[in-house]
Amino acid sequence: MDNTLLSLRGLTKTYPGVVANDDVSFDIGRGEIHALLGENGAGKSTLVKMIYGLVAPDKGEMTLAGAPYRPAKPSEARQAGVAMVFQHFSLFDALDVAENVALGMEDPPKSRDLAKRIRDVSEAYGLPLDPSRVVGTLSAGERQRVEIIRCLLQEPRLLIMDEPTSVLTPQEVEILFETLRKLKSEGTSILYISHKLEEIRALCDTATILRLGQKVDTTTPSETTARQLAEMMVGSSFAAPEARHTEKGDVALEVRGLSLPAPGAFGTPLRDLSFEVRAGEVLGIGGVAGNGQDELLAALSGERTCPAGSVWLKGADVSRQGPTARRAAGLLSAPEERLGHAAAPNMSLVENAVLTAGKRKALVRNGMIGWSRARDFAEEVITRFDVRTPGPHVAARALSGGNLQKYVVGREILQDPEVLIINQPTWGVDAAAAAAIRQALLDLAAGGTALVVISQDLDELVEISDRFAALNEGRLSPAYPVADLDMERIGLMMGGAHDMEATHAP
Amino acid sequence: MDLSSISPTLLVASIMVSATPILLAAIGEMVVEKSGVLNLGVEGMMITGAVVGFAVAVETGSPSMGFVVAALASALLSIVFGVLTQLLLSNQVATGLGLTLAGLGLSALIGKPYEGMRSPTLPRIDIPGLSDIPFFGRVLFGHDPMVYFGLGLVLAVWAFLKFTRAGLILRATGESHDSAHALGYKVVRIRLAAIFFGGACAGLGGAYLSLVRVPQWTEGMTAGAGWIALAIVVFASWRAGRVLIGAYLFGGVTVLQLNLQAAGVQVPVALLSASPYLVTILVLVIISARGQHGAPASLGRPFHASN
Repeated sequence: MDNTLLSLRGLTKTYPGVVANDDVSFDIGRGEIHALLGENGAGKSTLVKMIYGLVAPDKGEMTLAGAPYRPAKPSEARQAGVAMVFQHFSLFDALDVAENVALGMEDPPKSRDLAKRIRDVSEAYGLPLDPSRVVGTLSAGERQRVEIIRCLLQEPRLLIMDEPTSVLTPQEVEILFETLRKLKSEGTSILYISHKLEEIRALCDTATILRLGQKVDTTTPSETTARQLAEMMVGSSFAAPEARHTEKGDVALEVRGLSLPAPGAFGTPLRDLSFEVRAGEVLGIGGVAGNGQDELLAALSGERTCPAGSVWLKGADVSRQGPTARRAAGLLSAPEERLGHAAAPNMSLVENAVLTAGKRKALVRNGMIGWSRARDFAEEVITRFDVRTPGPHVAARALSGGNLQKYVVGREILQDPEVLIINQPTWGVDAAAAAAIRQALLDLAAGGTALVVISQDLDELVEISDRFAALNEGRLSPAYPVADLDMERIGLMMGGAHDMEATHAP
Repeated sequence: MDLSSISPTLLVASIMVSATPILLAAIGEMVVEKSGVLNLGVEGMMITGAVVGFAVAVETGSPSMGFVVAALASALLSIVFGVLTQLLLSNQVATGLGLTLAGLGLSALIGKPYEGMRSPTLPRIDIPGLSDIPFFGRVLFGHDPMVYFGLGLVLAVWAFLKFTRAGLILRATGESHDSAHALGYKVVRIRLAAIFFGGACAGLGGAYLSLVRVPQWTEGMTAGAGWIALAIVVFASWRAGRVLIGAYLFGGVTVLQLNLQAAGVQVPVALLSASPYLVTILVLVIISARGQHGAPASLGRPFHASN
């Protein structure tokens, strides 16, 4: 009891139709880094919201340092010493760092004192930050620092971190881990939510695994293999994707000196990008979000036409062609944003199939839509990619993120592309489905398709790519075979140290 | 044409009177928009304020009473908008337009018996000494209290948004309601309060038209002042100081063109009548063309604390 900070007993929360948490109990010790592990929809978020006072539990009780703990709102949780760093940052772009910090505090000091305290804390924990910068101009890693410092200023007893590393470069992850270890040594407890198993094994003392709202187990991650953890999370074993070694064919897609101005005030310009992808090859493009990923996809898919002579498909210049012409020529793409970009939210899966596959699958003839052919194609995608839906007539909006992702990726794969550009193929998809999507991409490459996979998940890129390049501020590093790279060099590439890389390159 | 008939002293003094209704409505709407709500019903709330203020002043004989009740009536109307958009999640643009139409209709109904009457008007404040200074005394001092109230309100709103914690929370809500909610701020309550304030300001602006500026009731007498207030907020880049410039510019050109019409200048009357609208928009477009615009990022987006 002495060494327990927060104790959860039988927490239950039901939403109409779903039991988000069912009788969850575990303890978090003082100065312990406790991992909370689970698939999307396993109930991690709901559990954390109950601890942070955003949601009230239906049943069960919590004790904090021996006293009953029942926060009705976040401010009560903060007063009790519970602070939270959010997954989707709870920051305000137009306000400066100090204002953002003040908004998250119960009783902020005067702005001058606050600025000084921000500087002090940020230096003490190795997280440099200027209090007068406007948050909209900060990088993802710096934005996270704002959140962390906001929490640290309140000297929390328990710090909750919701997927903190998903937007960071490997170097930034190391800095963050240093900070967390320092906090731990000072006696702060940390509840660390993630689905990155290696991270949890490196950082956390204990791990609680949730599945479908129930606690599966509490284990010591350093004594458990990543595979065991994954299987506890998913509840069954699944096959890891397997690459088949294939002969690389001719150059299918070549980009020569592609430059494009930024599309809007907050966009990133593309600066002199060059690369080539051969048939049967997977080129992985990594980089921290907002370094030109969306802009690159738009330039390659044809959403934005490019300067003549910059994009070549099988030796033909397609730079000035729009998406329809490029699709007809065999260059297909799947953007990151599922709802509103890859799929029209209020249209049915059949209608969404027609939107991109109309020409290649001959769903549209003489300007007329062949609805029965379209339905067959949509059903084929649903069956082949195990999309969980009542049927193809359902609106895209009604599917869960992971299922819709499987659908939009499958829709492109089944059109037999010559070149497929895909941005964040497994974003927000659970581990089993992600493995299935990666396998499908590898099979496609084995069949002779050239793939460009843009992703922020480095493990994913390392797993499926033949070669890896990194985007940084709209510039692309040279592409190196993945086998020659380690995480440190990948991190340097993502940080923009291209020249240094070139001298080290074999 | 006789330009000498225009008295500079009277001209400048009447600019302040002419600008006040728009200034009041615009500063209120700016606060509403800063909280992330787009209320297009300013025109409807203004004219409701105009008719209610006029009716109450005529019945009670007290223009001050008219202003107070006008502010309450328009705020009540704005709360209808607030309940519809914030609690029942109706579309803000459609609801705001509906509010304008409802306000215009309602005011015509209430105002029918009062057509052609005159209302008691606000007395001018005469400060002995100051008001007697040549030119400036007449221009700056010696107006009715609402002129100064409007100026003070601009200053108060500016200081509230810039220096107070409540103002920071209001701006944060308009910037990202999801983030504000995650930090535990009551987004809907904050927005309802802002909508209420905006409604009260629009009501005061309307009442100023019917009680001081004209002062009588005619149907549709706001004649687009509410729309101009909306436009001024946007082109003023949501800044209190620029709202003041915009409102005074509009008021100034309105008075000037009336004087020019009276003086018989050889310019088509239609063009002169349109000139306040044209000049205000043009100048504010030029101001806002440079630098950041600073529209609240959540402006007009519905908020629902779904999870």
